[in-house]
Amino acid sequence: MFLINCPFCGERDQSEFSSGGEAHIVRPKQPTELSDDEWAEYLFMRKNIKGIQFERWNHVHGCRKWFNVVRDTSNDKILSVYKMGEKPPVNYK
Amino acid sequence: MPNYRIHKTEYIDETKRVSFKYDGKTYFGYEGDTLASALLANGIHLVGRSFKYHRPRGIVSCGAEEPNAICQIGSKKDLTEPNVRATELELHEGLEASSQNCWPNVKFDIGGINNFISPLIPAGFYYKTFMWPKSFWKKVYEPLIRLSAGLGKSPTEPDPDIYDHKYVHYDVLVIGGGVSGIIAAKMAAKNNLKTLLVDDKKILGGSTIYQNNESIKIDDKLSSEWLKNEIQEIKKLSNLTIKTRTSIAAYHGYNFLLAKENLTDHLPEEKKKNKIRQRLWKIRAKKVVIATGSIERPLVFNNNDRPGILLSNSINKYLDYYGVTCGENIILFTNNDSAYETSISLHKKGIKNLIVDLRKSASSELIKQAESLGIKIYFNYVVTNTFGYRKINSLEIMKLSEDGNTTVGDKIKLSCDCLGMSGGWTPMVHMHTQSGGKLDFRDEDQVFLPKENSEDQISVGSCNGDFDLENIIDKTVNKINKFLDIDNQDYQDTNIICSKENDKRNIWLLPNKIPLGKTKCFIDFQNDSTAKDIKLALKEGFRSIEHVKRYTTTGMATDQGKLSNMHALGIIADTAGVKMGTLGTTTFRPPFTPLTFGTLVGRNVGKFFEVVRKTSMHEWHVKNNAEFENVGQWKRPWYYPKNGENMHDAVQRESKAARDNAGILDASTLGKIDIQGTDASEFLNRVYTNAWSKLAIGKCRYGLMLNEDGMVYDDGVTTRISENHYLMTTTTGGAANVLSKLEDYLQTEWPELDVYLTSVTDHYSTASICGPNSKKILNKLFPNLDLSDENFPHMSFKEAKLENINCRIMRISFTGELSYEINIESKYGHSLWKMCIEAGKEFNLTPYGTETMHLLRAEKGFIIVGQDTDGTMTPSDLQMDWIVSKKKYDFIGKRSLYRSDTIREDRKQLVGLLTDDPKEILEEGAQIVSDVKSNPMDMLGHVTSSYFSPNLNKSIALAVVKSGKTMKGQKLIIPMENKNINVTVSDTIFLDKENKRLNA
Repeated sequence: MFLINCPFCGERDQSEFSSGGEAHIVRPKQPTELSDDEWAEYLFMRKNIKGIQFERWNHVHGCRKWFNVVRDTSNDKILSVYKMGEKPPVNYK
Repeated sequence: MPNYRIHKTEYIDETKRVSFKYDGKTYFGYEGDTLASALLANGIHLVGRSFKYHRPRGIVSCGAEEPNAICQIGSKKDLTEPNVRATELELHEGLEASSQNCWPNVKFDIGGINNFISPLIPAGFYYKTFMWPKSFWKKVYEPLIRLSAGLGKSPTEPDPDIYDHKYVHYDVLVIGGGVSGIIAAKMAAKNNLKTLLVDDKKILGGSTIYQNNESIKIDDKLSSEWLKNEIQEIKKLSNLTIKTRTSIAAYHGYNFLLAKENLTDHLPEEKKKNKIRQRLWKIRAKKVVIATGSIERPLVFNNNDRPGILLSNSINKYLDYYGVTCGENIILFTNNDSAYETSISLHKKGIKNLIVDLRKSASSELIKQAESLGIKIYFNYVVTNTFGYRKINSLEIMKLSEDGNTTVGDKIKLSCDCLGMSGGWTPMVHMHTQSGGKLDFRDEDQVFLPKENSEDQISVGSCNGDFDLENIIDKTVNKINKFLDIDNQDYQDTNIICSKENDKRNIWLLPNKIPLGKTKCFIDFQNDSTAKDIKLALKEGFRSIEHVKRYTTTGMATDQGKLSNMHALGIIADTAGVKMGTLGTTTFRPPFTPLTFGTLVGRNVGKFFEVVRKTSMHEWHVKNNAEFENVGQWKRPWYYPKNGENMHDAVQRESKAARDNAGILDASTLGKIDIQGTDASEFLNRVYTNAWSKLAIGKCRYGLMLNEDGMVYDDGVTTRISENHYLMTTTTGGAANVLSKLEDYLQTEWPELDVYLTSVTDHYSTASICGPNSKKILNKLFPNLDLSDENFPHMSFKEAKLENINCRIMRISFTGELSYEINIESKYGHSLWKMCIEAGKEFNLTPYGTETMHLLRAEKGFIIVGQDTDGTMTPSDLQMDWIVSKKKYDFIGKRSLYRSDTIREDRKQLVGLLTDDPKEILEEGAQIVSDVKSNPMDMLGHVTSSYFSPNLNKSIALAVVKSGKTMKGQKLIIPMENKNINVTVSDTIFLDKENKRLNA
């Protein structure tokens, strides 16, 4: 059970949050101009990394804000949290 | 009755005699006993039959690792509990326990025949035998296996006990109250850290608390005396909480741990009443000190499982802690020094004993002490066999060869009534690995140890592989100082004297002249796996430890292999010729010892199992005899039976009334989202498939919401209340998810949009009145409101006052009838409803529930998301292409609507079905085929909604069928268990295709 440092509320128990999968997958601005393969890439393909992964989390039983999390999936350590729209920290690649 | 209690100890209160029943017979013990120690005091070793061969089995240990002495507690249907370890269960007045897995009784067990046919039931027996003939599985094999499988009986009635949960936060949690745990807790608490110390036993002190050997001393005192003093000290520390009878069940990430505290299991019946039985502690600790100790290993030799064969250290504890001797003529079989402590203790109490030691020779303080006491020691000998059916009565030993691989010389037969085994010690690394820690293997004494300690978790004491007292104390103090970044000097001058073990000789499978195939060298006592089974698994090609474990079931019983895993690994490594450290271990998963469901569930039973949401009108529904349906967390009226009607009759009556006169439905549970902002219209354009920009103020529109994959997600009517203000309705069950999804897009994809969302589901109560008389009823309620079609047409919205209270009225219809939905602030919902009912009396207004609502909408072919759709239906599959805007550049899911898969013509599509026999009602979920002769039949789809329509006087159904759109008029078949039902594909709209009734 993680402790997640919500950028708006502070450190809270994982049970207050819901996970929203991989971060920084931007919805294409012009979906109609994409081929089936390109659209499928956006729609279905996710990395599921063992190691450092960028994720979306929602403080659903709190402020209901979405934000980003950098998590090492091999040991579940959360390395960084940052707000939507902010650039991912450069030291994790 | 024999009495094996031979001396007084401070842990047994001989003034408090306790009577208890075991297998129906009454015995006596004392306060302070466990069930196991009380049984042993009465001379009872035989406590159960083994799982597979039904061999007689006795008490082996004195703790959580016990594989054999598991019993059924109590006999009441609601309070009985299986698989309770007699070694942990504290004796109390009125305790009723019985042995498990034997019939008719533990002394004579029919299943014992399995022991003699054991060559016929090797490892993997079930997988190999019950394969053929195939037809035997269902009628012969499965019932037989089910009959003989399982240990003990589950309660058959709800658990009446009270359980509790508690959340706590600590700076430091110390797991285990042995010598290292006590030191760690003292150091932490004295340094002003809020500390919790938990131990599963009744008292603190671990195995040192009853240690009484003169050669092991701290500050010139017996180690047990020194420790008692320490315990007195820590009890005075104000920021240390001590919880005994509390065991850690699970160690999760971020130092989140679950602990089970036993509060009443040790109390007599009358003192348990109205008390919490167990409490689940949910602990967050900044730092965790693991001091869980180690458990002794058995040895693997032929017939090592007879009653009367125990772990050597357990014999010591029963003697020195409980005052009970396990026999009068005891042999200790060992490969290390710790059996010598037992031997010396026994000797001091006048119990005859001798030692069989695998080692060629050994020298240490303890061994010298034993030798000087004249205790007979057979060095370089191995036990090769044991005898005695219900209890061991003798054994054979032989000399070991130089390399230890075989035996040499003649057998020596020795008589005994008890055998102690000591195969060395296994550190309890469960907590460390559960927390994600890795292990290292130490070759010297063949143990797995915590590899590294992280900054927030550390292992100390014998669970970290430190076995002698000097090592334990010195290292614990050093490590805790570093770990907590403190400088505690309390133990600086502590003077420790202890015997040092110098020699080790570990042999996992002991040699024997008898071929392995003819021996029973047990590894897992509870699941009856032997060394032979492990070797067979290897011979048959299994290599991974995880596979061998599952094939032989080693380590898979209720004790989770606490005694057996190391031996299984060792034998695999030896047989396969690999180093043990390279094999790895099986995974240690929580819980450490079994938990009752009650503990996990806590207070969330009965009324508190799930949140119940009720509408403002709920009391009226109850008073008017409604049957309720659960929709999400909501209680919705399902139907209102009158004069003993069954559901079918009530629904037929309600449905007819709604179309012939008027019906009223409590629609308060529909999700309602208030949408405001200058970009509200644009937002709706993006989330719904149809266009919203041109919706006039005061008008309503039905919308279909897709997932990005093009599949229908939700639907509902949205009303434009003013220029930048909409009220969206969602399905009852989908409300929370729709809001979350909308918020997600707003926050992450379209943060530039000026839109605000508020859930107002609970703010408004809704009464929906439909039917030809509905306008008359509305007119009576709102005499000043112009209800003409010109002023208030279908799909429009008005605000009006009911007495002085504002109402929002939408003329929208889910039944196909002329219909109005009146929304009012929830606090007035009940009054609104009663006023509607009163006003409707002269117009035959009939309240109807969700079942009638479903029937009425099915007559009109309206879908229910989640019933007629299942996350794989596109709008086109639902024959709803009309609602998908061709002009809009983009909306959620649009691009997916022309993926190669979504434009396939043979997708499952929504159709209507009419049964050839109009009285025949189809079953929802029934499969649809076109040909019943092919084998297997080609499944074309399934029935999603099915009703008998009283308004059409025939059965109607909706279904999804492959290429259904092109099949109108075609005959299909619904094969049921005992008949085939013939149906014809029809239009999805069964009633009033022209929508005349909307303006009736």
